[in-house]
Amino acid sequence: MSDKICKLTSIEELEKKRALVLAERPEISTVTVCCGTGCQAFGGQKVAQAFQEAITAHNLKDQVVVKTTGCHGFCERGLLVVIRPQNIFYQHVRLEDVEEIISETVVNGRVIERLLYITPDGSSKITSEEDVPFYKKQMRLVFGANGYIDPTEIDDYIAIGGYSALAKVLSSMKPEQVIEEVGAAGLRGRGGGGFPAATKWKSTREAHGETKYVICNCDEGDPGAFMDRSLMEGNPHNILEGMIIGAFAAGSSKGFVYIRNEYPLAVKNTEIAIRQAEEYGLLGENILGSGFSFRIVINRGGGAFVCGESTALMASIEGKVGEPRAKYVHTSEKGLFDCPTVLNNVETWANVPLIINRGSEWYASIGTENSKGTKIFSLVGKINNTGLVEVPMGISLREIIYEIGGGIPDGKKFKAVLTGGPSGGCIPESLLDLPVDFDELTRVGSMMGSGAMIVMDENNCMVDIARYFLKFLEEESCGKCVPCREGLKGMREILDDISEGKGDESQLDLLEEMSAVIQDGSLCGLGQTAPNPVLTTLKYFRDEYLAHIVDKKCPAGVCKALISYNIVDDNCTACRLCVKACPSEAIEFIGKKIPVVIHQEKCTKCGACMEACKFKAVEIR
Amino acid sequence: MVTLKIDGREITADSGKTVLEAARENNIYIPTLCVNEAVAAYGACRLCMVEVTRGNRKRLVASCLYEVAEGLVVDTQTERVVNIRRMVMELLLARCPNSSEVIDMARNLGVDKSRFQPENQDNSCVLCALCTRVCREVVGKSAISLVSRGTDRQVALPFCDDSDACIACGSCVYVCPTNAIKMEDRGDVRIITWPSSAHEFKMKKCASCGSHFAPEKQIAFMMAKSGLEAEKFELCMNCRP
Repeated sequence: MSDKICKLTSIEELEKKRALVLAERPEISTVTVCCGTGCQAFGGQKVAQAFQEAITAHNLKDQVVVKTTGCHGFCERGLLVVIRPQNIFYQHVRLEDVEEIISETVVNGRVIERLLYITPDGSSKITSEEDVPFYKKQMRLVFGANGYIDPTEIDDYIAIGGYSALAKVLSSMKPEQVIEEVGAAGLRGRGGGGFPAATKWKSTREAHGETKYVICNCDEGDPGAFMDRSLMEGNPHNILEGMIIGAFAAGSSKGFVYIRNEYPLAVKNTEIAIRQAEEYGLLGENILGSGFSFRIVINRGGGAFVCGESTALMASIEGKVGEPRAKYVHTSEKGLFDCPTVLNNVETWANVPLIINRGSEWYASIGTENSKGTKIFSLVGKINNTGLVEVPMGISLREIIYEIGGGIPDGKKFKAVLTGGPSGGCIPESLLDLPVDFDELTRVGSMMGSGAMIVMDENNCMVDIARYFLKFLEEESCGKCVPCREGLKGMREILDDISEGKGDESQLDLLEEMSAVIQDGSLCGLGQTAPNPVLTTLKYFRDEYLAHIVDKKCPAGVCKALISYNIVDDNCTACRLCVKACPSEAIEFIGKKIPVVIHQEKCTKCGACMEACKFKAVEIR
Repeated sequence: MVTLKIDGREITADSGKTVLEAARENNIYIPTLCVNEAVAAYGACRLCMVEVTRGNRKRLVASCLYEVAEGLVVDTQTERVVNIRRMVMELLLARCPNSSEVIDMARNLGVDKSRFQPENQDNSCVLCALCTRVCREVVGKSAISLVSRGTDRQVALPFCDDSDACIACGSCVYVCPTNAIKMEDRGDVRIITWPSSAHEFKMKKCASCGSHFAPEKQIAFMMAKSGLEAEKFELCMNCRP
């Protein structure tokens, strides 16, 4: 890092700066420590510090650099450490491994087998990061840089070509050309709607009014989604660069980054990035001497899910209650403070420098006919490789789940994958070969949404899943319009009934009738998409609903009212672990022939006995 | 001026008007609960949804917010529209099972009973927000507002308790379409009962006849707003010359 601040006043100075940064960085060994939120939980910062101390102790300060980076994506295997330039990939690293990594790998060049990734079948150990199957099938165009840069160092970003797209735009492109380029690339909004970004920019540019705003939506609230967070935390300059380019194209001089306050690291790293970019003359007055000025302010969200909706987000920035309003006049004409406003999601902005640098033709060659480029998905739930994956549009769900995600843990059977967050749809096994893009997901009743993929196995009850997500949305509904506020409550009550065995078949028709009204009648996207999990589970897993209603059974053994825990006498060894584990004293020890009995009237169905039993002698019926 | 079609009838309307306004000017009925000309349209009750066609695009919109346009074709009674209205009324019937206003409106829209379980027999607030909007937009006090989210949402004073900003003018009571806010003048006090709490306000005594004719805070508010001297507010309506 350079210690003195130098304001860059021209594009030549930026390029000189880049050359200087690169010259100051000889090809020496770099220990990159993932300090994304997941790996921080495993002590990322402490491990990084220990590496620093070990390097000092070994007198390697001139030969080895320690870099704390943002999320690498393979969160399942955290804490991740990669030794570059060889890209030796160590997983599950802990504080006690640090000394050995330095003395063995860095000093002696020996690989520590224990820390390598082993393929799930146990057949081979993998040394190099790019050979890990989780990464191999990915196309990490946007997310890949996370593993190489320290998000708090602007020079790191400049060293990998950062702000060169901005330089290109300011030196050789007109705003209209930028819009045309992004339009030709076919960039669609990554926040869920999939609206063409260039169309928004164009109508904002052409809208009347002196003041125009640019907003980055980082109010990611979908359960299981953390791609925006990881981009914002791990590579904030990439998003800033995209926003500056967007502002130039739309004719805006002020922007906001709306980050939910539950993402403190994202807030902190963005604050640092804005300050550094201002110091370098890449943000603020007269950017790179071009005459174009643009400022960015951070706005922290208070935690309401609905504030991810564009009009609610704008109301929140304005200091009002975060409630959506009708968008009959587009926000690109009348948005924040009634001024023309471009709002895009974090990932959308992150794609912009890429398009400018490598051209729309190249970008449009990736993906499907109407969905271009890559998409980052968070792969969570019943999946071996939990983490963030970036794949080209059009890849099949099967490839994502089995080849990248490593399939379902414990040899269980795949049941469904919910894409698009709580208002997405549950896609069954028969559709696993579906190419993943905006239109295909919508066609089967789901959506791209923010890109959360929650994988479910045979132990998930689809009625329970639908109820869970509906309840989430019921609680997050702002309550403004009747169909969403009262309708979601009504639907959830029906699902409560069904999961308690009190439902009847006519309620399934009522659920469908209500879904249609809530989709048609709700004011904003939250309500309009909220019935999706119910509709898709009804469509693809109707037999499970009927099992609850007609047979009064929960086939997956989840809905408490419809299951009971029982002892398999043949397996029971009378060890009495279950008796000790039961918190409600519902299990009685009897004797040898029938060792223990569960008194159903006392049982709270917590499952502690089943967890405690080592002999598979407790079963759900 | 633009020309549009509502339910097959060709009508003209000033541009800038909403579809609902244009319909009402032409005696075409569209039901509403959260509309009042004193305040800006809000779009919450969804009863005024209509189907509009513009070019090839057909969509459902809230007519209280959607502006008229040349060549716009509006249908106020399509199956989808009717389904929304009926479901909204069924849901509101479950919310306010004993509100005569809600029961009447439901009946007008062909809904006699609700398939949903009522939760609170005494509730009659449909959360149309007319009260809070009038308080903010017309009175300019914002003494009451909507608090919490989703079904926990309610009309309340700050912390359900602080009546400091309220001038007891009763505008919220007057504008409520379902009688969910009650007001009673009892001797020297006015009692206003909102769904979340009830508060008492002192009334001013007429210097001539001795009757209590208006809340003291409302008089103070009017005095400050009009800039007139205190003597002008000493007498009740009947005793004023």
